[in-house]
Amino acid sequence: MSFSMVKRCCGTPLFRRVLQFKMCRRKSQDSNVTYTVFRHRWMKALPVLCSSSRRLSTQSDKDAVDLSKFPVDRIRNFCIIAHIDHGKSTLADRLLEMTGAIAKTEKNKQVLDKLQVERERGITVKAQTASLFYNHEGQQYLLNLIDTPGHVDFSYEVSRSISACQGVLLIVDANQGIQAQTVANFYLAFEAQLTIIPVINKIDLKNADPERVESQIEKVFDIPREECIRISAKLGTNVEKVLQAVVNRIPPPIASTEDPFKALVFDSNFDHYRGVVANIAVFGGRVKKGDKIVSAHLGKAYEVNELGLLRPDEHPTQKLFAGQVGYIIAGMKDVKEAQIGDTLYLQEQPVEALPGFKPAKAMVFAGMYPMDQSEYTGLRSAIERLTLNDSSVTVQRDSSLALGAGWRLGFLGLLHMEVFNQRLEQEYNASVIVTAPTVPYKAVLSSAKLIKEHGSGEITIVNPAQFPDRSVVSEYLEPMVLGTILTPDVYTGKIMTLCLNRRAVQKNMVYIDDQRVMMKYLFPLNEIVVDFYDLLKSLSSGYASFDYENAGYQAADLIKMDILLNGRPVEELTTVVHRERAYSTGKAMCERLKDSIPRQMFEIAIQAAIGSKVIARETIKAYRKNVLAKCYGGDITRKMKLLKKQAEGKKKMRRIGNVEVPKDAFISVLKRKEK
Amino acid sequence: MMTRTFTAVSRVFPPRLRHFSGGEVTKDVSECAASPQITEQASLYVHWPYCLRRCSYCNFNKYISKENNDHIMTQCLQRETETLLRLSQVSCITSVFFGGGTPSLAHPSTFAAILETVSRQVNLSHEAEVTLEVNPTPAGKSRLEDYCRAGVNRFSIGVQSLQDEDLKSLGRDHDSHEALQTIEEARRLCPGRVSVDVMFGRPKQTVESWETELSELLRVCDDHVSLYQLTLERGTQLFKQVECGAVTMPSEDVTAEMYQRARKTLHQHGFQQYEVSNFARHNSVSHHNISYWKGNQYIGVGPGAHGRFVPLGEGGVVREARTQTLEPDVWIREVRQRGHGTRRRLPLGHLELLEEVLVMGMRMTEGINHKHWEMFSPQNGLDEVFGESIVVQELLQSGQLILDDRGLRCSWEGLALLDSILPALLVELERQISPKASRGPL
Repeated sequence: MSFSMVKRCCGTPLFRRVLQFKMCRRKSQDSNVTYTVFRHRWMKALPVLCSSSRRLSTQSDKDAVDLSKFPVDRIRNFCIIAHIDHGKSTLADRLLEMTGAIAKTEKNKQVLDKLQVERERGITVKAQTASLFYNHEGQQYLLNLIDTPGHVDFSYEVSRSISACQGVLLIVDANQGIQAQTVANFYLAFEAQLTIIPVINKIDLKNADPERVESQIEKVFDIPREECIRISAKLGTNVEKVLQAVVNRIPPPIASTEDPFKALVFDSNFDHYRGVVANIAVFGGRVKKGDKIVSAHLGKAYEVNELGLLRPDEHPTQKLFAGQVGYIIAGMKDVKEAQIGDTLYLQEQPVEALPGFKPAKAMVFAGMYPMDQSEYTGLRSAIERLTLNDSSVTVQRDSSLALGAGWRLGFLGLLHMEVFNQRLEQEYNASVIVTAPTVPYKAVLSSAKLIKEHGSGEITIVNPAQFPDRSVVSEYLEPMVLGTILTPDVYTGKIMTLCLNRRAVQKNMVYIDDQRVMMKYLFPLNEIVVDFYDLLKSLSSGYASFDYENAGYQAADLIKMDILLNGRPVEELTTVVHRERAYSTGKAMCERLKDSIPRQMFEIAIQAAIGSKVIARETIKAYRKNVLAKCYGGDITRKMKLLKKQAEGKKKMRRIGNVEVPKDAFISVLKRKEK
Repeated sequence: MMTRTFTAVSRVFPPRLRHFSGGEVTKDVSECAASPQITEQASLYVHWPYCLRRCSYCNFNKYISKENNDHIMTQCLQRETETLLRLSQVSCITSVFFGGGTPSLAHPSTFAAILETVSRQVNLSHEAEVTLEVNPTPAGKSRLEDYCRAGVNRFSIGVQSLQDEDLKSLGRDHDSHEALQTIEEARRLCPGRVSVDVMFGRPKQTVESWETELSELLRVCDDHVSLYQLTLERGTQLFKQVECGAVTMPSEDVTAEMYQRARKTLHQHGFQQYEVSNFARHNSVSHHNISYWKGNQYIGVGPGAHGRFVPLGEGGVVREARTQTLEPDVWIREVRQRGHGTRRRLPLGHLELLEEVLVMGMRMTEGINHKHWEMFSPQNGLDEVFGESIVVQELLQSGQLILDDRGLRCSWEGLALLDSILPALLVELERQISPKASRGPL
């Protein structure tokens, strides 16, 4: 860590430093820097590192990396988990710099966040891996850092990352203290029985209160305060101590090079030229280029074309050994060949497969359709490629009268859906229509005939259009989640009201220190899936945090509500709602439709109906006059331009009966908002 | 015509004898427009760019001239007329329209000179309609007789309102009394060939006050009325006033009501609506404007003027959309250097031409008849292009649109909603006419 840098930064007034930090964020929002560009920068940076290899980075040269020099007891696999914005990626940047994996420059901002959407939103979506060489007490260690996503939606990614590790760095912001996601991530690591190293970050901030955070950690996680390491990832303060703790406290992986080769696929990426790049954790034996390996899941054999470390860029090596983490390219061409959670072994030495992962459970569903049906094929391949890199998205073909052929996609949460959509647009230049997010309801069937038809007494309803009628159902069920909210106690009242309005039941409430409260609520998932998080943030001035875990299903009084335009139901807008919420939801949808449908030549009635009963109505009055007064020779050019633009816009509208609906109305209308 | 201000805009009456020719109306000159050789004739629009002052609602191309360069302007208008007539190779000019700006600020000799230039080069019938936009000021009124002597045989008077207060706030340089006198004088000189422009949807105007005003106007006007709804244009003084809340405009419902009531009132007084904004009795329609709506060729002369014609003179085969240079000084320089100030030329493809024919034609109450359409689209008739479309069927069923053995047109209700109908028709037209199809000869 550079002393001069510390000095300079300390000299900067706090406000300006914060501002600088913010500005860097903002800057990256505007830039269209792609993943490839960064890749190049790293590549260029590598030789520089080699020549100036210092105490910390002795083994940078490509060919000089001899991984056999790293027996299992010199390997540590760890990941960093934290609430969003607590500085996970910044710490990762520092660790990378200090171990010489990347050059130390001002520009290292969230190096592991490769995706444009990650940089724009300041979140990590996709776990990245980096192998670091670290010299500790005269010994060379191989530290494998697996970066993790930082949002509730991506806890599945977190658990995948955790499975390849023996320890975690649990980062907590010295100012904000424990947040909802800190709690969630802690339990993921705790249940996986990993060593947990609490790290209190941002101690350089003026309002930092590491003492208080230490007692929170003691109280909530039962970890002695002495174990906490206080750091400033931004300035590099005490980051060395973190590296030492990784070596000293985290146990080496339990694996033997003497065993047959056995590796877990914990992540995979798709490369246009080389096919599937699988990230693996080697649990036993060794593997080298040219080896014939088999995927336990498919039983298919492949030849290893390339393997190596991720530093964080791919760095080919001759072999990978037990306990190590790296990448492997073995001619897998198809999405389905690189199952995450799959076990790889040598063809001549079959092994028992490792326990895989449970497939990620989609909790939010939405229809996706191409803007124009001619873009269907293009969109299909874009979705396929993206789902290869994000296997937590479930894909099902679907078609809609208004929107044509498309898909019903399942996501882990709403942010996950937005991120997916944004990646689709940014990385594949595809524009899509996204329909109302819904949650998977269940119905317990009462009719013997239907039970026979479905092969079971309980069916899952993903598409509201398939909601079975009350008469054939003995009970409807809705998915529940157990939500954790952490907040300064001044907001407790407002938050309790919000939760109550969302049909939530309070389960627990604890003060984690004298000002902060941790509340647990049982929510119907449907109630939090759209805008709950935004509201929570805004009514707590951004101080409250929220996370949730699935909590099974509960009986609920559900009904199907249709939206009618001049009497014609709009299939895309059919919603399953709780009876208590039917009127407010229906009214809000009608109002928003009224705002997003342009006036037409006739009156448009917008109605929300349950069965044949209309429960809400809005009217868009007909145009009485719409004609330009003057149009002579000199006006034609301008007039034509205007009309042609309108004609183009018309092509993009969807017709429901005789009503023309702009495509984005579907999206804007279904975003639930409270007034 | 183009850059004409909102001042005067309508024109009247079947052209008659040129003033100096004397005699009476014998035949409608626009008849010759129906001849199959569309490229052989054109109408002529001449733009006078200067105004005395800026009206609060006008965002048009006009200039408050500091010095008098009327003479140079006249010379250049003549010169450009000559050049463009030669380029178009038309043999007949069917009508002439002097618009602006405020052309009634120009000396009558200007118009005489231009008309003479036209007559020297091509056939300009003595019966051809020659319209002049007039601001109803005392100065304008006093020159009307001289304008007639110069060859003008139709006046379009920018009355706009009969409420003095409104005229003031709109920034007009006349009052209602002057307007009435100008109308009277114009009617004396060109009976049956005087048009008045009025504006509705003005700030503070109510449906009732509008009706009163209109009946008052109908007592004094001739046989042609143009009705324009005041539209808020960005960059005008009025726009700013509305923005900051100093002035409120009548709501959409109110202006719609004003329009419909005016249509009925005019009808009761024997005026037939023949276009969205134009009404005439005794068939005193503006032939010049009708030729725009029928898609005939026109030549635009003067700063910022627009034209549509085939430049046969340089071997052209397709119609071009042409625009002249906007700023008078630059335009003058260009005309002096190369004989014309054409700034932009855009060849119109077959589809584009049909789009213009459609958009303009549908503004007329008689719409587009089959024969007329066939002239521009010999391969695809109106029925083929529009008959199959579901959207068109709906418009037909709802009574907005009529497609029968006469042709395609709006109903009385449909005409008020034309801009909602046209995009649908354009989508259909594009679907039916491949843009790659061979370009028409026009």
